[in-house]
Amino acid sequence: MTTLQHAPAARRRTRRWLTHLALIAGTLIMVYPLLWMVGGSFKDESDIFSQLNPFPSSLDPRSYIAGWTATDPTFTRFYINSMLIAVLAVAGNVIACTLTAYAFARLEFRGKKVFFAIMLGSIMLPAHALLIPQYVLFFHLGWVNTYLPLVVPKFLATDAFFIFLMVQFIRTIPRTLDEAAMIDGCGKVRIFSRIILPLTGPVLITTMIFTFIWTYNDFFSQLIYLSYPSSETVPVALRRFVDATGNSSYGQLLAMSVLSLVPTFIVFLLAQRRIVEGIATTGLKG
Amino acid sequence: MSTSTEISAPAGREPTAEVPPPAGRPRPGRRTDRVAYLFLLPWFTGLLLLTAAPLLGSLYLSFTKFNLLQSPRWNGFGNYVKMFTDDPRYLQSLKVTFIYVALTVPLQLGFALAVAVMLNRPMRGMALYRSIYYIPSLLGGSVAIAVIWGQLFDDDGVLNAFLAFFGVGGRSWISNPDTALYTLVLLNIWQFGSPMVIFLAGLKQIPQELYDAASVDGANAWRRFWSVTVPLLTPIIFFNVVLQIIQAFQAFTPAYVVSGGSGGPSDSTLFYTLYLYQQGFANLNMGYASAMAWVLLLIIAIFTLINFGLARRWVYYEDR
Repeated sequence: MTTLQHAPAARRRTRRWLTHLALIAGTLIMVYPLLWMVGGSFKDESDIFSQLNPFPSSLDPRSYIAGWTATDPTFTRFYINSMLIAVLAVAGNVIACTLTAYAFARLEFRGKKVFFAIMLGSIMLPAHALLIPQYVLFFHLGWVNTYLPLVVPKFLATDAFFIFLMVQFIRTIPRTLDEAAMIDGCGKVRIFSRIILPLTGPVLITTMIFTFIWTYNDFFSQLIYLSYPSSETVPVALRRFVDATGNSSYGQLLAMSVLSLVPTFIVFLLAQRRIVEGIATTGLKG
Repeated sequence: MSTSTEISAPAGREPTAEVPPPAGRPRPGRRTDRVAYLFLLPWFTGLLLLTAAPLLGSLYLSFTKFNLLQSPRWNGFGNYVKMFTDDPRYLQSLKVTFIYVALTVPLQLGFALAVAVMLNRPMRGMALYRSIYYIPSLLGGSVAIAVIWGQLFDDDGVLNAFLAFFGVGGRSWISNPDTALYTLVLLNIWQFGSPMVIFLAGLKQIPQELYDAASVDGANAWRRFWSVTVPLLTPIIFFNVVLQIIQAFQAFTPAYVVSGGSGGPSDSTLFYTLYLYQQGFANLNMGYASAMAWVLLLIIAIFTLINFGLARRWVYYEDR
């Protein structure tokens, strides 16, 4: 008898309040570590661990200034390195994956089905199975301690997931557009550059966002390939900062941790809807 | 162009085979666009040099002793035999990783589903809650968060300050071999936002009529959850299980950062990939690391196959 629909209004209101209460309690737990980190970066060294209250008494930027220049080279260098790698990776994925996706979605060639299956299979392949020989290859090419091992693979469309995403998208573009262009005398290359490419905007943006976030946070590859301090990226430098500062300057460590999250966070603020949609519709790992 | 048509795969369906070409438009017979090979040139190059050759290369290296500087020496099944009979640290890394997968996958997905169900009702502030619960998942894989996690659970960390408030004496949860792994499990559960978003999208697809019909039949909220929500959500649960298992087996960054690269204390956080890294890049036992990589590949493949095999028993597809 007492189904939700028939419950009295008062009861429903209580229910709604209880839901909000639970969600707010959850929010506090979820956000506390982040608040603690941001708050701690503004606190006095001695207060960071002794206070449970994450909010600092004042916004003292000392830790940020000291932390930024505590390493040699400074974090300016690490940010330049990280951004350079991320931007090149984005460019690589956009160019190489669209070319490949167009061929799979619109062109006919021998072995298409087999290659498509191989492409899908390579999405599932754990990177570790390729790791050592790739390292050996890059080592012999003299690419270790350069950005090339982190960037060149993107220009060779190794992030097959994005190819799949784009193939799915291009298939939704009406073929009549291609046919009309063909009648007007366009070849396949021009159909790609004039018709298909301009229409792939949304999926290109999704690709750019996730390539940026993944590349920026790709600690493992950067750890393996970059070992000179001057070539290090933000995550690798931050990790070394833990050892270098030891038990002394937690404020600086927290400050640099906060800053290292800023690029990802900015992308999230700018593209929140698209990120959530990308995950919801494709299962992209955010 | 509306963003909801951005990706044509239906929400939560696992990416499977080719989508059939639009009906009613006969494809031209056997024709070949020569220019296709030009478009595919980058991908072919990558496939050959960075995927196929390395995959076979690591299989070959797994049967050798190889330290990068000298050429590989054939070692037969030596690496594989050693792993399972003469390397306690390897077995420890397997154990740690299996415990991690067995705990994080169900707990993380359970949280994700529970919160998604709570959020899936017309409610003020729903979008805000969704964003807040999602953020840890976006930031959680980073070095920064792993650094913070180590601080929160250290002996003078926040958790102990909190416990002291209730008069409970704490200890370092990070440097205690009995608890270190569980702090990392917690870190992973904390990042339930991304499966939660996938579940939310799936929940929105369930027609309200089904709930109404169930209510008329006298089903309470609990019963509606188990008899309507869960069965209709099984394809998405399945997709998340497959994905999370694959990812959990490859976890690396948190263990590396929290333990300072050692997998300690007492190898209690020696994740499989961390030990692989130590063998391959710290000790330059690249043959051994390759053998480890192939065993990992097989483990993941077996788990994925089992998942797909079991799927027939519990995953519900409307069109079947």
